[in-house]
This record gives sequence, structure tokens and C-alpha cells, in this order.
Amino acid sequence: MKPWQLLALAAGVVGLFLLPLGLRNYGMYVAALWCVYVIAGMGLNLTVGYAGQISLGQAAFLGIGAYTAGLMAKAGVPFPLIVLASASLCFVIGLALGFPALRVQHHYLAFATLGFNMLCYLVFRNEEWLTGGTFGLNGIPRPDILGWPFTRTAEFYKLSVAVMLVLAALMAGLLRSPWGRAFAALRDNPIRAESVGINTTFYTLMAFAIGAAYAGVAGALFAPLVGLVEPASFSTATSLSMLLMVIVGGSGRFFGPAIGAVIVVLLPEWLRVAADWYLAIFGLAIVVMMVWLPGGLLSLPDRLARR
Amino acid sequence: MTDFLQLVISGTATGACYALAALGFTLLWQASGTINFALGEMIMLPAFTMLFFLGPAGLPLWAAFALTVVASLVVLGAGFKALVVDPLIRHGVIPLVIATLGLSIGFKNLVRVGYSAQVFTFPSIFPDELLDIGGLRVSGADIGTVVLALTVAAGVQTFLSRTLTGRAMQAVAQNRDAARVLGINAGRMVLYAFLINAALAALTALLVTPVYLAKFDMGDTLGLKAFYAAIIGGFNNSRGALLGGVIVGVLENLVGAYISPGYKEGVALVLFLLVIVFRPQGLLGRAEERKV
Repeated sequence: MKPWQLLALAAGVVGLFLLPLGLRNYGMYVAALWCVYVIAGMGLNLTVGYAGQISLGQAAFLGIGAYTAGLMAKAGVPFPLIVLASASLCFVIGLALGFPALRVQHHYLAFATLGFNMLCYLVFRNEEWLTGGTFGLNGIPRPDILGWPFTRTAEFYKLSVAVMLVLAALMAGLLRSPWGRAFAALRDNPIRAESVGINTTFYTLMAFAIGAAYAGVAGALFAPLVGLVEPASFSTATSLSMLLMVIVGGSGRFFGPAIGAVIVVLLPEWLRVAADWYLAIFGLAIVVMMVWLPGGLLSLPDRLARR
Repeated sequence: MTDFLQLVISGTATGACYALAALGFTLLWQASGTINFALGEMIMLPAFTMLFFLGPAGLPLWAAFALTVVASLVVLGAGFKALVVDPLIRHGVIPLVIATLGLSIGFKNLVRVGYSAQVFTFPSIFPDELLDIGGLRVSGADIGTVVLALTVAAGVQTFLSRTLTGRAMQAVAQNRDAARVLGINAGRMVLYAFLINAALAALTALLVTPVYLAKFDMGDTLGLKAFYAAIIGGFNNSRGALLGGVIVGVLENLVGAYISPGYKEGVALVLFLLVIVFRPQGLLGRAEERKV
């Protein structure tokens, strides 16, 4: 990293923590929601952008994390344990979802993960004894950590930012390690990667499992933030917008999900009144973007520099 | 037993509609490697176009349908190919998947804000009476739908396998370069596939909207079912789409009645997942080879 980039990053982090000074309650809520989606998006970016395994099932993991967190929070389990449990459960299920990816590729994988999401949605909606059915789980309390309450939105926002930064740092470390190279090799040419001795089975499974675990943590934050966990939040439509989030920002770019989440989650939430028009234009803009700028918004500087 | 047969018959009618949509889907895949995630919206748009011609324009149903087919051919056939597919196809499958996802969101919300978010009824082309066949009570609409859908599907199948143009289209689907060497105008054959898909979408809209009702998000379920149908049947094979459609339609009815309405689509979904993992080419499809 160059010095100016480091400086910009530091300024960004300070800005994130100072944000509550300038926002009302609802603005803070939306900003915390942004953190949740950025975390899930980072996971998906690992699966899709770095390891090249398309996934249309990220919302299912967000849901599994959120339901786990909701149920455990109502049972009075401490928050750090909840986060750990949501992440581990998603890691294991993500590992299982990775197995189809060993057999099928590209568009078939897109279908398989989409089907998995549908199946999870049906379970969330129908297993009333566990998930509360269509009405979902409500009244999920916000946590206390070591006697420190995070019940106010401003406090919870800071907690979300902190979790997001820790996970981002972990992700950056992972991508700089030999694992990062192995994921890229898997994406660029799986057969060649195999022939130079990379265990493609292992890394494919890990790409799914780690991506899912990130969504699990996001879910564990989502449940207490919103206070209500209902199936509609985790339908395939959410998965599709998460994929769009990664692609719009720039898949395989570290800050892609952060930018993408602003456009896909933050703006529609803020522009409540004009949200439908926004979505109509957004949908058609995606088509235009795929034609003119397939690398996403963050590829714009490179593109301009090459001119 | 009578209940069972009635469920199978009405399931076949719904399945036949899924099959028509799925047929267009497989044709696009074969001709151009396009996976169309906006398939459901391409059924929703003609439904609303027909409503416009019927309501504000006051035309009879046949005229509304004819005009809609023309509009569909121009916009969803040729227009879709020229503006979306042609510029993206050389980048591979995934960018097109993303673009059609965007298209689906865009179309849905355009109709929602530009027209209406309400549910509209739609006239059926078949008489709305119950027929009594040997103790079975079957609706005329179900029989009409099955007959019409199967005739059209068989017609498309015959066109593909018996006529010179149809065989040329298949040649392009199998090996574009070899087809070109043999003097086939590959670009035109691909265009035909898009036009057939657009016409099938308009016809599907005519058949399903009386049952599903017209709403901006009606394409969500429809597109998904057509999708299951195409993949279960094998989506590099147009006969597969028919089989898949009927399987999905019938299973849905039987599961909804005998197991649990909540898991109505669950069994088709599980079948879909099993097919993808263990037989990705589908029940009737050929395996595709892996390229380095």
C-alpha cells in the first residue's frame, strides 16, 4: 500500500466511528445495516470474486445466522458465543454446499446454490415450531457485552463497525497469505491449479465455508439490529442483490462490497419514496454496466488510466 | 383415485405452461449460451401489454394477442438479442446471467411504478365449465391448455427436427463454426431462436395469466418453475423441457394435496437439486464436456 492510500484508509475508519455525531437514529440504523451487508458481501466476494465459484445462496447463510442468533439471544446466551455459534454453523453448512461445487461448475453451480436458497427459505417459512413461520421471531434483544450495553442504535452501530473492521482485517490477511494465491489460481484456471499441486477440492470447499461463515456473523448482527427475523429477508431476491452488490462494486476487489452495499442496500433504504423508480433504473443500469464496465465501479480508475 | 387423477390432470395443465416457458429457455441456451434470468418478466410484460390492448385500447382478445406477439417479437426477441445478448455473449455465461438479473429487477419495477402494483384479472380463452369424463370432473380450461401447449411444443419440435431451417438452427447450436463452414447463416439462426422464445413467452402469458393473475411480480414464480422444468428435463434438449414441465406441475399438485401445502414446491426443488448434483445434463440431456 502507498502512504496516501494508508492515510485515506485511516481517515475512512475514523470517519466511520465519527458518523454517529452527524446522523439521527434512523440514519444510524441504515448505516449499521450497511455494515451487516458489507460483512456478508465480503464473504461472498471471497467465494465469487477471489475463488471464482458463483453463489446465489448467500442470503440463506445470512438467514441461518440470523435465526440462530435470534433463538440464542432469546434464550439469553452471551453475544460473543452467539457470533461464534452462527459463524460455525454457517461454516459447516457452507462446507456441505461446497460439495456440489466440486461436481458442477459455472451456471449449474448458480442453479444449485439458488435451489439451496429456495430450500432454506421454505424451511424458514414452514417450520413454525422453530422459526415462527411467516411472522418470524420478534423482540430479539440487543446485547450486553461484559456489562457494556449496546441497546442504543448508535452503540450498536459502533459494535457493527468494529466487527466489520476485524473481519476485514482477517480477510486482508487471508488474501495476502498463500491461501489467497491458491484461491486466485482456482478462479483463473482450475485445471492448471490442480496440475501445479494445489488441492482444488480443499480450497473450493474453504471458499464456500469461509464465505458462509462471514454471512453467519452478518446474520448474528442482523437479528439484534432489526429485532425481527422473518423469512422474507432471506429470499432468493436478497441473494441476487448480494451478488449484484459484489459485481457492481467490482468482484475480486477488496473494497468492492463496501461500495456495492452503498448502491444496492443503502440508497434504496434512504430513498424510500423514490425507491421503486430507483430499483427500475438500477436494474437497467446493471445491464448497461455489464456491457460497458464489466469489472464493476472500482475498475473505473484503471479503465480511465488505460485510455 | 378420482381425486388423484384430477390432481394429475390439473397438474399437467400447469406443467404444460411451465414447459412452454422452459422450451424457450432451452432454445436460447442451445442457440446462444444465454441463461435468461428475466424469463418470468418476459411472460409478465406480454401479459400487461395484452391488458393494455384489452382495456384502454378496447380491442378483442385475439387482436390484443396478435399485437402483443408482434411487440414481443420486436422488443423481447430482436431487441433483447441486439441490446443485451450480442454485446455480452463473448464475455461468457456469468456476465449475461448478471445482466438478465438486472433486466428482471428493472422490468418488474418499471411495471410497478410506471403502471400499477395491483393485481389484475385476465380473460380466459377457454370456456369456464366443468366437463364430466367417466366420473372425473375436469375443467375445460385445463384440457384446452394441455392440448394447446402440447400442440405448440410438438410444433416447435417438428420445426426443429424436420425443416431445413430448424435443422440449421440445431447445427448452429451444436457447433457454430462448423455450421458456418457449411454455409449456414449462424447469426440469423440465433435470431430465430430469440424470436421463437419471445413468441412462446407471449403464448405462455395468454395461457397462465387467467390462473396466475397479472401482477408485476408474477414472473418470479413462473420463471423459477420454468427453470426447474428446463433443468430437470435437461436444458440442452427441447423434449426435456416438456417432460420437466409436466413433472414439476404434477408433483407440485400432488405434494400440495397429500403432503403439505407449505412444501408444495419442495419436492420439485429437491428433485431439481438431485438432478443438478448427480445428472447435471438433466433426465434427457447429453453431457457437456469440460474445456481447459
